[in-house]
Amino acid sequence: MKRLMAFIRKEFLHIFRDYRTLIILFGIPAAQILIFGYAVRTDLTNAGIAVLDNAHDEITAELITKLDASEFFDVKYHLDSYNEIDPAFKKGTIKAAIVFPGDFGARLTREGSAAVSIIADGSEANNANLIVGYTTAILNDYSAGLTKQVTSSVPVINAEVRMFFNPNLKSHFMFVPGIITLILILTSALMTSVTIVREKEFGSMEILLVSPLRPWQIIIGKVAPYFFLSLVDVIVILLMAWLVFGLPVQGSVALLIAECMLYILLGLSIGILVSTSANKMENAIFISFIALMLPTLLLSGFIFPIENMPKVYDYVSWFLPPRWFVEIIRSIMIKGTGFVFIWKETMILVIMTLFFMIMSARRFKIRLEEGEK
Amino acid sequence: MKKLMFLLRKEFRQIRRNPFMARAIIAVPILQMLLLVPAVTFEMKHIDLAVDDNDHSPSSAELITRLSGSSFFRLVATPDNYSQAEGLLFSGKADMVLIIPDDFSEGMAGATTPRLQVLNDAVNATTAQLSWSYLTSVVRDYNRDVIIDRGAAPSAIPGINVSPRFWYNPTLDYKYYMLPGVLVILITAIGLMMCGLNLVREKETGTIEQINVTPVMKWELIASKVIPFFIIGLLDLALGLTIGWIVFNIPFEGSLLLFFACSAIFLVAVLGMALFFSTLASSQQQFLFVAFFFVMIFILMSGIFTPTESMPLWAQQFNWFNPVAYLMRINRMVMLKGSGFTDISRDMGLLTVLAVAYISIAIRAYRKRA
Repeated sequence: MKRLMAFIRKEFLHIFRDYRTLIILFGIPAAQILIFGYAVRTDLTNAGIAVLDNAHDEITAELITKLDASEFFDVKYHLDSYNEIDPAFKKGTIKAAIVFPGDFGARLTREGSAAVSIIADGSEANNANLIVGYTTAILNDYSAGLTKQVTSSVPVINAEVRMFFNPNLKSHFMFVPGIITLILILTSALMTSVTIVREKEFGSMEILLVSPLRPWQIIIGKVAPYFFLSLVDVIVILLMAWLVFGLPVQGSVALLIAECMLYILLGLSIGILVSTSANKMENAIFISFIALMLPTLLLSGFIFPIENMPKVYDYVSWFLPPRWFVEIIRSIMIKGTGFVFIWKETMILVIMTLFFMIMSARRFKIRLEEGEK
Repeated sequence: MKKLMFLLRKEFRQIRRNPFMARAIIAVPILQMLLLVPAVTFEMKHIDLAVDDNDHSPSSAELITRLSGSSFFRLVATPDNYSQAEGLLFSGKADMVLIIPDDFSEGMAGATTPRLQVLNDAVNATTAQLSWSYLTSVVRDYNRDVIIDRGAAPSAIPGINVSPRFWYNPTLDYKYYMLPGVLVILITAIGLMMCGLNLVREKETGTIEQINVTPVMKWELIASKVIPFFIIGLLDLALGLTIGWIVFNIPFEGSLLLFFACSAIFLVAVLGMALFFSTLASSQQQFLFVAFFFVMIFILMSGIFTPTESMPLWAQQFNWFNPVAYLMRINRMVMLKGSGFTDISRDMGLLTVLAVAYISIAIRAYRKRA
């Protein structure tokens, strides 16, 4: 036991004496929280648009003012002809052009319906979608206002919405669980696999193997610091999320930490497994990136909702731990649900952890025997 | 010059004989294109809607039919009461719950104001906003038709029809949007990771010492390390583009020459970064960490899947120094919109300045000694 403690201490010193490792451990979570909290937003504000007003009446003037005044749009150009739209798109100065036909105001007041066409720059598909949504909302709002003025006897449906879990519609509610998942994979799986393979590549694993430490002690010693540091990372992220964006943990913090510990264990056992199948660091790095980072970024539903992807991705994601973990974190942190809602996901993670542990324990033994030859 | 040729031959041979590198050069573009391009999408196929109908009237039935008939909503559940409705949101079984109060049909008959209540899962704020605006427009259309049915003149209930058209990508296919961006990630990953790891490996295994004691000049050494990855980067770009064209059938509107020229300038900046980070690291692990940290920031800030206009001013100013942001913009404009040289000259000029600056700083920082 004393030997093991000494070994763990050595591993800690290894980590702490290299500022670059600390960048990964604490710089990345901090930077991600700040980027996702302050810089990257999935909604659109101040999008440059152009208007082509063929009607030049009071209503179109009012609508254009309304569009410009909204936080979503910034009316940059008043175009005179249709042909000016394409050059403006090609220069990339506007995202959409809104075209009012010549009889817009007249038709709206006389016939009660008028058409507007929005020409959006489809090369930025996401913005195009949002712009159409925002414009429709602004125009509907305007025409709803007209309805109330002209009709009082006919029923007008009053629909009210309650935005659950995220009443102020902040985009970081989506991101924080994803950041935790990403960081934990990075600190647990990637870092352990790389450090173990490093010892192998430099031959210092041999030295450890001939030491009185038992193989399992070597593994524990290698893995323990990362378990601890990953946990510290979780706490740092949760504190930052709370202090920086005022995003508290809605559910039980103890449950959240426990689930994180389970996930760290899972990550560590994946890391050990990767290290048994890679002999060179670059291979370990490559495997970790392709097999761990990409799926975490893509198939966890962290940024891109899985339900929108081709079905195949959905099925593939069932076999990937991040998908279930993001679900768990989101439930506890944001929805504030208890264990009853997430026991299924937790069970899946437990089974996966056991699977990877057994796999890596079996494979590691083979490796050690080879090393001892 | 002759020395440089020898060094280059050595580098290419080393790359060719390293089975891992040789494989990665082919596999990375294929994997990235096939995995990333179709997966990265914000497209909303459908919203899972639950309806708690307390009214059970023809009016409410008609409204529900209209909602489930729209391609956007999928009726997944019919909870009986409010707490069940809430439960559906908590368990994630529904994205949105519409509650129709029991006096809805009375309201539609004119007795009171007809009300509807909607509970919307807003964890994903963007989706929540869009689905709410879709729902209101379906409700509005329904309301309008009811009023007109009762004999009111259409002019009494003015409605504006919005007909969207998407230029350069008529079906609003997200693959069009992502592919140019993924190509940027591809050459960043190839250029930065492969070149940097190669440089640091020589340091880590000590073979750099052997080169350091030869009469090879610093610039020759750097050129011999950078040129192979410059070429590989461009070849991988061509490979990625071909995959995009064959597999995803993405059109290429602009000039290929312009596209490759911009990517080449960008690669110079990336290789400059690789060189610079390699001076900061003495092991491949350290290099990886430093490089990953910066690349992650550069890519996330570049506007690959989020609009840069919505970012605060400091973040937009940061992008002045972010080569990824320039190429992200240029690629989309050239590939999809067919923008010409004059359209992108400003971005291209700034990118060139940045590339020259990055590579000069890196060369100055690089020391030909152990």
